[in-house]
Amino acid sequence: MEASTEAARLPVRTNTWDRVRGYIGEYGLIALLLVMPVVYGIQDLSDDGSLARLGNNVVDGLSNGAIWALVALGYTLVYGIIELINFAHGEVFMIGSLVTAGFIGTLGLTTATGTPGLVLGLLVTLLLAMIASGALNVMIERVGYRPLRSAPKLAPLITAVGFSFILQNVGILWIGGSPEGIPDLINAQKELFSIGGVSISQGDVLAVAATIPLVLLLTTFISQSRLGRAMRATAQDPEAARLMGINVDTTISLTFLLGGIMAGAAGLIYALYQTTIWYFQGFQAGLIAFTAAVMGGIGNLKGAVLGGFIIGIIQQISDNRIGGEWTPAIVFSYLVLIMVFRPSGLLGEETREAG
Amino acid sequence: MTKTVASLRQSGLRTDTRTLLALAVGLVVTLWMAGEIEMNLFMAFVLWVLVAVRTVFHENRAVLVGTLVALAVWAVVLPFFQDSGGGFLEDATQALALTVMALGLNIIVGFAGLLDLGYVAFYALGALTAGWFMSGFFVGAGGGEGFSLLVGEPASTLPGIHFNFLLVILIAVVITTIAGMLIGLPTLRLRGDYIAIVTLAFGEIVGRLVINGDEIVIAGEKITNGRQGITPIDKVDLPFLEPFTGLELRPWYWVALALVAVVLFVNYRLRDSRLGRAWIALREDEVAAASMGVPLVKTKLLAYGTGAAFGGVAGVFLGSYLNTVNADQFQFSFSIFVLAMVILGGLGSIEGVILGAVVLSFINFNLIPDVFNDYPSKVGLDFDLTELSFGIFGFLLVIMMVLRPEGLIPERRRQLELTEGVGAGDTALGGGESIQEVRA
Repeated sequence: MEASTEAARLPVRTNTWDRVRGYIGEYGLIALLLVMPVVYGIQDLSDDGSLARLGNNVVDGLSNGAIWALVALGYTLVYGIIELINFAHGEVFMIGSLVTAGFIGTLGLTTATGTPGLVLGLLVTLLLAMIASGALNVMIERVGYRPLRSAPKLAPLITAVGFSFILQNVGILWIGGSPEGIPDLINAQKELFSIGGVSISQGDVLAVAATIPLVLLLTTFISQSRLGRAMRATAQDPEAARLMGINVDTTISLTFLLGGIMAGAAGLIYALYQTTIWYFQGFQAGLIAFTAAVMGGIGNLKGAVLGGFIIGIIQQISDNRIGGEWTPAIVFSYLVLIMVFRPSGLLGEETREAG
Repeated sequence: MTKTVASLRQSGLRTDTRTLLALAVGLVVTLWMAGEIEMNLFMAFVLWVLVAVRTVFHENRAVLVGTLVALAVWAVVLPFFQDSGGGFLEDATQALALTVMALGLNIIVGFAGLLDLGYVAFYALGALTAGWFMSGFFVGAGGGEGFSLLVGEPASTLPGIHFNFLLVILIAVVITTIAGMLIGLPTLRLRGDYIAIVTLAFGEIVGRLVINGDEIVIAGEKITNGRQGITPIDKVDLPFLEPFTGLELRPWYWVALALVAVVLFVNYRLRDSRLGRAWIALREDEVAAASMGVPLVKTKLLAYGTGAAFGGVAGVFLGSYLNTVNADQFQFSFSIFVLAMVILGGLGSIEGVILGAVVLSFINFNLIPDVFNDYPSKVGLDFDLTELSFGIFGFLLVIMMVLRPEGLIPERRRQLELTEGVGAGDTALGGGESIQEVRA
């Protein structure tokens, strides 16, 4: 595998455009990612004499990025195994948030609830959100993608878009068309401590502290367990995996389950961190997380997490400096540039799609 | 009985029980629908007769041509049977404009097989062209006096830039073709899913540019009015005709119909041309097409450019017709709305796409808001159907893809690809469409 990748990378480039593309592909992405932090860092230094503002952006960006990382894992897992962009994945994440909000109401958790009750309640909610999103994702695969596995690739992508709209409307039916606030259970904005003017809030800690164990669990599961090995085998060659006695259908379902579980957890963290939920959050989040997955190299778990954090930081800097209304345009511009100049991402291999 | 059916089959008639039953149900549904959407019942009945005749005599070429001519005549005289300021003509005109768009998207997705999820970008650019060159948006133009070209009163005396409608269409075609090719360029090296995402990203970027355009100032002029929108837009002004008004909808309908006719002509000619065959080859197997000498770059870019141009034309018309160019019109869901038309009718099938566009437009602009909106409350559910219109389209996409991926009126070649998962066989060459099922 390694050797063939190297061979594909060797420059057999004939015209100038290919050479330029090659150069930009090698170094351009990293340079591009550094543009915003460096520019605003210099600006901060000359204006305030310290990097505190940039530091705050980075911290907020990391905690947002943790959420995108969890969602991006779902994209990258599914893409790695059946080469399909699960367009409805952002909506699965949104449903996770809605389940969280609903169950918090059912349990009657409020800001007045004591710490032990809160921790227990949130753990149960987390479990429920994960199960709901995971089951939903498996259901989508069963109904929408499995019957189309031998059809042209256009077909499952269109059903994916269809599911995305259906789930958005489920969201509308559930909580209505406008954003809904939920109780600020973890007191997300409360500052825990600050280092050199960079404040770390409870929400930041929660987001990162909840994400890291989940990512570790997932990577361990995939690299160590028997089922994880089956997943990797199926990703590499479904036919050969089938011949070796792996149940490919079950393995694909498992992949969707894992992706959904991560999205559900992200949904809970998002709900607690932002304290607002609405039906449209999944669309934006889905595209941002997809950008993250592509940035890291689609099919690569570490890449997805790295991409999530990077995109989180870019988004936060853009929100803070340029204006939130431009953030989607900036994130999408990054997406297009990466797709054009380095479709394999930061850590990824050349894929057939990007070839 | 079997013998009779067999002999009828031989005579080229389709008179099996299933077809006749479908036609009978079709008549009831057509008349009921016509009543609900305020369509003239006689005209609805004539439409049903045409479809029925074509279905029964499905192999007779003379009948085929006859019904097509009759259908064209029917479409032209339809407004005389309707109230000129009424809701039906309003929706019908919009349906025709959307048909132009769906036919454009069909070139990109249906013919060339490049899934474009950002088609709204071309609608936005077309409508913006109308906003720039057919309104008082550039107040400073011509030293504050206004600048006009080939337009009559009152537009010629107002400030801003006022060009003739046909001229603006030409400008829009140029702008959107270039934009289409520019958006196509980055996707040349990509395939399948990645193309979809890149086009989606471009669609969103253009949408953002329109929404935040009031912050972008080029040469002292902002490029859009942001969320406020550009309004009013000049009415269509054609030579030898009275200026159009917002109350008299028949001329609008005919202009839209003429646009559809032109676009249809271009579509058929393109499909049967060398370029059209290159698109189909590209769709079926890119590598094989390339090795047979199909120039991939040129072929793909032309698909994007042509499809985009149609979107631009429809955009100019809709800008003038709706009298506003508003950022809220240019959302991702619009791209999916147009895509759903193409999928419903049948990817690559020109007739199917027209059917899909008309049906979905009426569902969206008439049936959901006016007819079915109170149904949920009648069965005790508490929500507005209008909120869910895009969920309904999403549901439609899933159902169509799983159950009938080739669409209502499949294109034969495409059907083979979709059902057998392979490129069509050698014998399937040539244009003949099979009307397998007609639902009007």
